Amino acid sequence: MEESISSILDRYNHDVYRLMDILIDVQSDQGFIGDQAIARIAEDLGISKADVEQTRSFYHFFSKKPTGKYSIYLNTSVNACMMGRDAVARTFEVEAGIPFNSVTRDGLIGLFDTSCIGMSDQEPAAIINGKIFPNLTPFRVKELIRDIRAGKSMEELVVEGYGDGQNSNPDIRAVVSNNIRKIGPVLDPDYKPGEVIRKKLPAMTPQQVIDEMKRSNIRGRGGAGFPTGMKWEICRKTESDEKYIICNADEGEPGTFKDRVILTERPKLLLEGMVVAAYAIGARQGILYIRHEYKYLKIYLEKLIEGAHKRNLMGKNIAGIEGFDFDVRIQFGAGSYVCGEESALIESAEGKRGEPRDKPPFPVEKGYLDKPTVVNNVETFCSAVKVLLNGADWYRSFGTTDSTGTKVLSISGDCRYPGVYEVEWGFSVNDICGMAGADDVIAVQVGGPSGSLVGPSDFDRILCYADLSTGGSLIIFNHTRDLLQDVVLNFTSFFIEESCGSCSTCRIMPVILRNKLLKILNARGAKSDISEMLEWAAILKASRCGLGQTAANPIITSIQNFRHLYDQKVRGEVRYDSGFDLTQATQEAIAATGRYTAVD
Amino acid sequence: MADLNNFTIDGLKCLAREGTSIIDAARQNDQFIPTLCNLEGVPPKGACRVCTVRVNGKLMTACTAKISQGMEIENQTEELNEMRKSIVEMLFVEGNHFCPSCEKSGECELQALAYRFEMTVPRYPYFYPKRNIDASHPRIVKDHNRCILCKRCVRAIKDEKGRSIFAFLDRGFETRIYLDPDLAGQLTEERARKAVEVCPVGAIMPRGEGFKTPIGRRKYDRHPIGSDM
Repeated sequence: MEESISSILDRYNHDVYRLMDILIDVQSDQGFIGDQAIARIAEDLGISKADVEQTRSFYHFFSKKPTGKYSIYLNTSVNACMMGRDAVARTFEVEAGIPFNSVTRDGLIGLFDTSCIGMSDQEPAAIINGKIFPNLTPFRVKELIRDIRAGKSMEELVVEGYGDGQNSNPDIRAVVSNNIRKIGPVLDPDYKPGEVIRKKLPAMTPQQVIDEMKRSNIRGRGGAGFPTGMKWEICRKTESDEKYIICNADEGEPGTFKDRVILTERPKLLLEGMVVAAYAIGARQGILYIRHEYKYLKIYLEKLIEGAHKRNLMGKNIAGIEGFDFDVRIQFGAGSYVCGEESALIESAEGKRGEPRDKPPFPVEKGYLDKPTVVNNVETFCSAVKVLLNGADWYRSFGTTDSTGTKVLSISGDCRYPGVYEVEWGFSVNDICGMAGADDVIAVQVGGPSGSLVGPSDFDRILCYADLSTGGSLIIFNHTRDLLQDVVLNFTSFFIEESCGSCSTCRIMPVILRNKLLKILNARGAKSDISEMLEWAAILKASRCGLGQTAANPIITSIQNFRHLYDQKVRGEVRYDSGFDLTQATQEAIAATGRYTAVD
Repeated sequence: MADLNNFTIDGLKCLAREGTSIIDAARQNDQFIPTLCNLEGVPPKGACRVCTVRVNGKLMTACTAKISQGMEIENQTEELNEMRKSIVEMLFVEGNHFCPSCEKSGECELQALAYRFEMTVPRYPYFYPKRNIDASHPRIVKDHNRCILCKRCVRAIKDEKGRSIFAFLDRGFETRIYLDPDLAGQLTEERARKAVEVCPVGAIMPRGEGFKTPIGRRKYDRHPIGSDM
């Protein structure tokens, strides 16, 4: 063990800023990060155990105790639950003989919950030792546990056959489907890697690249919609000896999976986009930050980066442009939704807890290692390449005036054709439902839990930055769903699980709200509970980051758009605190005095 | 005087050096902005959100945002004070804060702010969490019941090599302060005293003494928090 930790520390040059990578490798090598490993890492990096422990304990996939020879992480997302997670989870428990979040006594199997893993179109899905197992059924679970007990290898556990496209690539071999249903500029298979770097960049100055981006009116695809050209320009103009490009591939918004498909099918386009951005702002280093759940793409992507170096699309004097050097390293996360927030992502890439920073300063001025940094979404980089290839005018011919270009959507839930659709901005919610083959729709979650739950009266609203803005997650619900129990409660619990805890409002208020929601769901709610939820939730706007500010959106938007569902569940005009059960609360005293038989 | 910026707080004309945090700039101009996590001379964190102000209409924490020329800051407004009060109430229900039995009473910033905002009883239901008191260290007692996770100890106390002695453990509602098992045991007298001093509540207390200041002479007995400005 001592030896392997030493070689891991060597691999990352004993650099404290690479603590994430060190912990990831120790976790994957030893199955846990125990006290001994923590002490060894702390001593070597010249930090305290507390310093190591604060990063270690922040991330879901870092464990202090062994997680089992076969660590099974079963998704808890809304989609997983809609597609039969309960029965699958129960079968896991029965077959393994343990409840979730524990390990069998022989150390063979560990069962754990995990937030959305980016497989919403093929749920319920689990990650077993880093490999994805989608479309689980109780039958399949029995098979899996039987095979694990029989000592089969990870490869032998796979009976499904590998997925379509590059999912079957020998460097990936994943049982994952792309489900590409509609292509556009980003997903277009007719793409010649390196064409823009070789043919366009040498003929353009960095400022011309930025001008073209600005003319295209392209805005960030992560959801916030900041104008990309302007972001690049501010970063270019900020003086510094070093600048960085970071690609945010941490898509963690439940219901989103389009970046997974782009990383699988168009990774060269993404890398080319990072090179273009590096040229524009003058960066020499890039980081591709990918969520831990997609670690199965590691070797595949690393080889592509190697290949780009060989073909002079990365490295020194790229495409013959004197002095244009750029390299990309991959940084994996370790299970944290908030790391999708750009400043939290930067903290994480620096080996720290993924706690968002207060802004200003923004990353374009002070980002990775306090240097000017451009953080863009996967799709933004991909689109940037097409903007340069075909020109800003061509790009503007897609979409609306305010929202130009296309958006790659992740559509899931109650529809016949869940998957990835690249559409022009300007589609309505109705169009989406029609496209995906969804009938009898009672609600659509637009933009994931941090977005809005909209009902039929809003289905003609348009997807664009000015109306219904979205990072691309759309989850469709039909009449069989209990929106409050199945959707709102699940999303609220998700935000509680994923809060970083560093600011008071987001750490505490969602828990207060969930308790109130549970009170209503348990038929103990009063009318005042509904109005109090709305009133109390307002404090979240004082939170530091987007996660905190939107953590009550599931509750707020469902009260706004589905008020009747709440009204049905609360008791008319009760004025006393209906959440308090006197008999229940006095059980202990009753039992102690023996005067009254306790109700069980 | 080129680096002096003009700005206003609640319409009042103020002056401060460019780059000063709003909270410090306010203090220099005799304006009180309440806070529970900010500490002069320590990098700000924006953890408690109590110092939230409106800057040109936008909500920002006064400890992390910096003054700039012409800034218009709203501070003592009904909206903001109501927000601050509700944050204080949230902190009260999150932990176990029993003022009558707490020796920090009268010196406690959380309690003092509750008085300032005229909090009677929190509007939120109490969580009554089960938390530990860690008395295993030679110089300090860490009472997790009273901790409000302001991160002051984390930020202000490092050892001579800059290593953390106090750190955050876990995340979200489960977050708590973790004491480095080695370094907390070796805490010097001076650092231990400082740790007690920076804690705004009674979560870090010195070992071997208690109720040192008699009631009536405690910090906030005669001068409520913010009354010096």
